[in-house]
Amino acid sequence: MSRVTVLILAAVLAAPASGQSSFAEIAEQTQPKIVKIFGAGGLRGLEAYQSGFLISGQRHILTVWSYVLDSDALTVYLNDGRKLQAEVVGMDPRTEIAVLKVDADSLPHFNLDEAVPLTSGAKVLAFSNLYGVALGNEPASVLHGVVAAKTDLAARRGAFETTYRGPAYVLDAMTNNPGSAGGALTDRRGHLAGLLGKELRSSTSNIWLNYAVPISELASTAHDIIAGKFKPAPRGEDVKKPKESHTLAALGIHTVPDFLPRTPPFVESVRSGSPAAKAGVKPDDLILFVNGRVVPSCKLLADELTFIDRLDAVRLTIQRGQDLVEISLTLE
Amino acid sequence: MIRRHALVIATLLACGARAEVPPAVLDAEQVRIAAIAKAVRPAVAVFANEGKGGGSGVVISPDGYALTNFHVVQPAGSYMKCGMADGRLYDAVIVGIDPTGDVGLIKLLGREDFPTATLADSNDMKIGDWCFAVGNPFLLATDFQPTVTYGIVSGTHRYQPPAGTLLEYTDCIQTDAAINPGNSGGPLFNANGDLIGINGRGSFEKRGRVNVGVGYAISINQIKNFLGCLKSGRIVDHATLGATVAMGDDGAVKVSNILEASDAYRRGLRYGDQIVSFGSRAIDTPNGFKNVLGIFPKGWRVPLTYRRDGKETNIVVKLTGVHAEEELIQLLNRRPQQEQPRPGGPRPNPGQPRPGQPQPGQPQPGRPQDPEQPMPRPGPGRPAPTKIVVPAEIAKFIKPRPGYANYYFNELNRDRLWSAFTAKSDFAKTAGAWKLTGELVGGGKVEISLSDDASSGAFPQGTFKIDGSKDLDAELGPPGTGGLLAALHLWRQMLIVGPQKFGDVYYYGAAPYTGIEGQAEVLVATRNVAEASFVFEPASGKLAIVEMTADTDADSCEVRLGDYRDVGGRSVPHRLEVRSGDNLYGVIQLQQIELAAAEVKQP
Repeated sequence: MSRVTVLILAAVLAAPASGQSSFAEIAEQTQPKIVKIFGAGGLRGLEAYQSGFLISGQRHILTVWSYVLDSDALTVYLNDGRKLQAEVVGMDPRTEIAVLKVDADSLPHFNLDEAVPLTSGAKVLAFSNLYGVALGNEPASVLHGVVAAKTDLAARRGAFETTYRGPAYVLDAMTNNPGSAGGALTDRRGHLAGLLGKELRSSTSNIWLNYAVPISELASTAHDIIAGKFKPAPRGEDVKKPKESHTLAALGIHTVPDFLPRTPPFVESVRSGSPAAKAGVKPDDLILFVNGRVVPSCKLLADELTFIDRLDAVRLTIQRGQDLVEISLTLE
Repeated sequence: MIRRHALVIATLLACGARAEVPPAVLDAEQVRIAAIAKAVRPAVAVFANEGKGGGSGVVISPDGYALTNFHVVQPAGSYMKCGMADGRLYDAVIVGIDPTGDVGLIKLLGREDFPTATLADSNDMKIGDWCFAVGNPFLLATDFQPTVTYGIVSGTHRYQPPAGTLLEYTDCIQTDAAINPGNSGGPLFNANGDLIGINGRGSFEKRGRVNVGVGYAISINQIKNFLGCLKSGRIVDHATLGATVAMGDDGAVKVSNILEASDAYRRGLRYGDQIVSFGSRAIDTPNGFKNVLGIFPKGWRVPLTYRRDGKETNIVVKLTGVHAEEELIQLLNRRPQQEQPRPGGPRPNPGQPRPGQPQPGQPQPGRPQDPEQPMPRPGPGRPAPTKIVVPAEIAKFIKPRPGYANYYFNELNRDRLWSAFTAKSDFAKTAGAWKLTGELVGGGKVEISLSDDASSGAFPQGTFKIDGSKDLDAELGPPGTGGLLAALHLWRQMLIVGPQKFGDVYYYGAAPYTGIEGQAEVLVATRNVAEASFVFEPASGKLAIVEMTADTDADSCEVRLGDYRDVGGRSVPHRLEVRSGDNLYGVIQLQQIELAAAEVKQP
């Protein structure tokens, strides 16, 4: 009986108290930190837009890593309608985040290190450009809800098309719609708490998930990206290429036709009997890293191989379905 | 045992509430309870006869006018049943439809004291404000008790593109309150329980036809603009500027195409001009422009500011229809009729729309005839699916006529407006020649003679004549007026015979005019090629403006009637302010007016 009483009392007490800012005020304060990202896509079922938010005074934007970023012409609209070209600073395939940079001064932003943790039952607001409804200076959409659970996405390993394995906030609001990915989840006071993830559905139950990844799971990676660790940076002038380097042909890997400015390096086919075939590279594998260096396009993959002597081993980090696979290749 | 526990809990709760819960929380709770209690009373569950689906609605006047979606009433035809939270089922008839804006106006019958929703100013809504939808999702309200779904405003002034040229959501309110099929046409309220919009659409795409946290409501401010026209029983059209806009490389919204025959072109707007403001709203995006355009009915005049070579110019543009005269009717009729024939009942007019190819991501919730649309369950709200005969007491409120949703309401308003006018001044007995003598202020003498067969006028620019047997655009003199003599010729005929005998006269509805307080009611009369609008001042019921258009691609003649004085017991205007487009022709001050009685024809 007493437990029931406590629950009821708790429910009554959880109602909003006086003296707090209204959602309208919080929304207005938060909107300037939210951006709308337009890039590759526009084909059937692939929206050419997603969401993001500013995370530093140095004009950095945190978003999710997706095909939308596979474009040389990434456009970012700030909340005030300013249209800016963005460059990809770097991305991390494991957490599926990317950091962009735009050229503008003194932008309002979240601080990743001040992000707040949430517990089940916490009221939240979700800011995103879902369905691409907002253009130019039109503000992002805001949804409200509560955290239903903090749980491990990895618990359902294999059910979702994502490589992210850490904990996630499961939300009782319809936050993860087309274009929502990269949006911000805040607590009821507008403090940053999570990054809205891509659209995911269970392949067994067909249920769409509404979730966000806690910032604490991403902050250090985002800092690393900003610090240049995940950058497909051009090598210094003094780095010499080996006389005889690896080539995709010699390894036996045939990638998909390179049509786009940044065609993701998917494996189209593997020559039978080749080193790649022996090591277990498979068609539809997506090559993410070569010897720990990010290769976001077919061209950069081929370039990267020219720096590796054919006598040395090549270590590929591959996304295969939902799994990350490490494969080492040698010619003999 | 259970009872004792309950008692203990209640006691603890009462103590706890007094001791622990801040008064502000309890106050907020009471406000919410009161708002919902207030808001559910005018909510309507719409059930189409013959099981053709249904939806929601909301009553906005004590005599039963209720708002819903066009796509809810369209399959229902001209007659439907409406359940309300008082547990009663009311008959309702169609009044007017706005297929482009997806609004339908219906009238519930049987009471003059319906509970009504208070119309708020939807422009006051901010993102993050609490709001709630009341309605009939999945047609659950078989006991007529509406469903309440709570949420926040997720976006304001949103634009959602049309399917073809119909069902365009402009300047709409986006909410995360659950909007499901069946909520269509129902009210969205603010936290006080005042009406801010009509729910009608959601972004669904691949998740199936259920709420995904993205619902859209037509703003009540847009509907306020259309309401006067919807009450006319017409199929109301939306407007176009005659120009399209696009975002320029510099981020400015610029004219990307313009018709030379458009009013905007005649007012000076050209290709490449930047649209600075429109409808008194700053324009930053093409969506922003479309949002403003979408909230005005065809025929309204809207201020526009454009910038060219650094210079800003203010103009007022008359908006033309999105659709050609017959086009809208054809669009509504194109979809094959799926209804059973209804011998014994009048044919409903609205016909069937063709929603066209649904836009990706924007299917219409509650769209009728969709196999996924849940049908109402058998119950008090739904008669057995047999051929129905509209009861006689309801059939008298339905009058089918091409081009109208329900011509009954057009006649009703036309006759009401005209009776109010003739009650003060009846010109029926002045069917002889009219002689108006006066002067063009600062210009010289004016003598005008008006009669059925011929009218003539001597103006400072010369003498002009109208042959009543010929098309009126043959004489558009005096120059610079757009056809003053023809306008006065029609004015006299209308005053004498009235709208019923004049010929083709319809009640337009209401529109704002500069210099007139509130929205003025308008009758539109057509005589061969000329169309004349008669604009009545709402406060006095006086005829304030006669506007004649002989050529839709040219400026009209606008005559403002003022200085009303008594002439033989009738109130007659003695001041005629004449303009065409931007050109003020002048003011004619009449000194003498003779209105002859009809000549008695010799046998």
